[in-house]
Amino acid sequence: MKRVHIQGGHLVDPANGIDAPRDLFIAEGRVVAVGEAPAGFAADHRIDARGLTVVPGLVDLQARLREPGQEHKATIASESAAAAAGGITTLCVPPDTEPVIDTPAVVELIHQRAEAAGRAHIVPLGALTRALEGQQLSEMAELQRVGCVGMSNARRPVSNTLVLRRALEYAASHGITVFLQPCDAHLASEGCAHEGSISARLGLPGIPASAETVAVAQILMLIEQTGTRVHFGQLSTARAASMIARARYDGLPISADVAAHHLHLTDMDIGYFNSNCHVEPPLRSERDRDGLRAALARGTLDAICSDHQPHDADAKLAPFCDTEPGISALETFLPLALRLVTDGVLALPDLVARLTCQPADILGIDAGRLGVGDRADVCIFDAGDHWRVTGEALVSRGRNTPFEGWDLQGRVTHTLLDGRLVYSA
Amino acid sequence: MTTRDIQLDDDGRLRHLLTIEGLKRPILTDILDYAENFAPGPGQSVKKVPLLRSKTIANLFFEASTRTRTTFELAAKRLSADVLNVNINTSSTVKGESLLDMLRNLEAMHCDMFVVRHSRSGAAHFIARHVAPHISVINGGDGSHAHPTQAMLDMFTIRRHKGDFTRLRVAIVGDILHSRVARSQIHALTTLGVPEVRVIGPHTLIPNDAEKLGVHVFHDMEAGLRDCDVVIMLRLQRERMSGALLPSEAEYFSCYGLTPAKLALAKPDAIVMHPGPINRGVEIASEVADGPQSVILEQVTNGIAVRMAIMAMTLGRHRGAESGESEGGT
Repeated sequence: MKRVHIQGGHLVDPANGIDAPRDLFIAEGRVVAVGEAPAGFAADHRIDARGLTVVPGLVDLQARLREPGQEHKATIASESAAAAAGGITTLCVPPDTEPVIDTPAVVELIHQRAEAAGRAHIVPLGALTRALEGQQLSEMAELQRVGCVGMSNARRPVSNTLVLRRALEYAASHGITVFLQPCDAHLASEGCAHEGSISARLGLPGIPASAETVAVAQILMLIEQTGTRVHFGQLSTARAASMIARARYDGLPISADVAAHHLHLTDMDIGYFNSNCHVEPPLRSERDRDGLRAALARGTLDAICSDHQPHDADAKLAPFCDTEPGISALETFLPLALRLVTDGVLALPDLVARLTCQPADILGIDAGRLGVGDRADVCIFDAGDHWRVTGEALVSRGRNTPFEGWDLQGRVTHTLLDGRLVYSA
Repeated sequence: MTTRDIQLDDDGRLRHLLTIEGLKRPILTDILDYAENFAPGPGQSVKKVPLLRSKTIANLFFEASTRTRTTFELAAKRLSADVLNVNINTSSTVKGESLLDMLRNLEAMHCDMFVVRHSRSGAAHFIARHVAPHISVINGGDGSHAHPTQAMLDMFTIRRHKGDFTRLRVAIVGDILHSRVARSQIHALTTLGVPEVRVIGPHTLIPNDAEKLGVHVFHDMEAGLRDCDVVIMLRLQRERMSGALLPSEAEYFSCYGLTPAKLALAKPDAIVMHPGPINRGVEIASEVADGPQSVILEQVTNGIAVRMAIMAMTLGRHRGAESGESEGGT
């Protein structure tokens, strides 16, 4: 395998406390030295990173790749390429594929396709309940054995609290982390937008903030009882974030993330029914957005995820509530995160930690850091380069972005996966 | 907001009518003034006018409605337009794809205007965004979002009875949460300068943050009706009983039904309105619906004139009172 020398870049590796100009030396897919070349190192390939920032490849806690089951929207190959273009080297996929990830065969298939695509590591979450139906436990131990890094019920809340309790207990007995997207199905009902002044104005059925907070409260109480390690995904309300902060203070084994779009958009952005702003959980109020930013800065939220959901054009061509929720988000992920630094929310190393080593730790995988011996997954970007988002220009098969026309700063120039160049601008 | 109002053309004239929200007072006044031309005085008969001869108007009704469709049809015919009624079973067009395909087909038949009624909020905006440039879209009611022609005929009726909007106190009673009529009325009333708009109903039927629409919220009907000049009753859909929104029709009537005793709390010359069809004994007592203060049937009549005005204006035959200049106000 090639030896690579990344030369002259500014390395930000929060796991190792580095925020300084450092060269990086890679051999056999691993970092072999940081700073000075090891004796006798002869590079096969040299990347000129002068003026660029070098960070560990990004770890995305939630991305839907649509395969298996919805290949008309996207495939593992197409979205791995988009991830590489976005500097993301690890994608965690939820189990709501078709078929659901509740058997080893589906895990096997995903691994094969990921390997064939060869542009990103793909780590699946297994189904917490069989077929995500919220009734029977899945074969969690078996799913874990074949490579599922956690269990999740995706966007299908387990509304039977007894089943949820037992699923948490069973997961705990195998040391499995459970990933939950808190949502009370009754309160969310048929809603498609945040319940507030915008939904009142547009006559859209609302999803109240309590749909999230009630579910968080319920889950927290069950964690108190079961001791299960739980990760809360895609929080959308400031109130839920403060409940998480309190519970962490009380010592519960929990972590949480927020999707990048919830840090930038609010329900105001729906305008007159812009279906690209139809997401689940919904875009909330400005106060929620600001509260989530503060919670991210304080460390209550450990990670930012893309919550990537590529769609075919038809999925967004209908009256707002009839459209499918989700954003094609891999390629705007890093620049939207970097905007938080520009906006003064947090410093670059703290941000990078929330995109790399912290999500990797939540998944319990070897990724997100660039010390000697670590896997050489690397993202190199030009922090000063501006570009304008156009859905048509995205690598992803999904063109559904609410950021159309936005001027974003920060463009990925190179992505390395196990020391191999998988993207260069 | 992201873009300019898609309802207006480059010259600021009305191209589509999708919602009252965002339209300036002169445009609303213009519609009301123009509608006067089509509203017969007492004893006069309605004349057919050739304003829209050779134009084709398609009524696209994705949701059943006899009254609204009929008044649109009559309005179009009195303007000498050709009318195409298309009743679409929503279940066959759940996919946006086929909805768009259908629009393309109608465009190919040289339609000039789509009147759209749909059960989903935002359907009219969606269609307006995807039609060919020469086509006008009139929202005949979309989900819980808007019903602008209904609101304008209500404004027309109020103006005929009360004259000056800027001295009125108006109460809207009932299911505000699900009512496209109420939303459009609120925008129209506040735009036309009504200083006090009240909404009255139980919390389950009034959206959170309703105050941000510029209204005062009352849960007590007696308090809410006091000294009002106009009382607008909304139709209560029967299915509201099933969704844990209300306990029973009887309790609803006793709390929020308009009876002669409650009406007596409003001003003595208050008018009573209802967009129809009315549920007697559910939201309104028959004595009130048929009583001297009721203008409910007049609303229906005015609906034709107002829809004629809106169709004529949007199809561009009416250059109007150059809405940009004339400062509104009646």
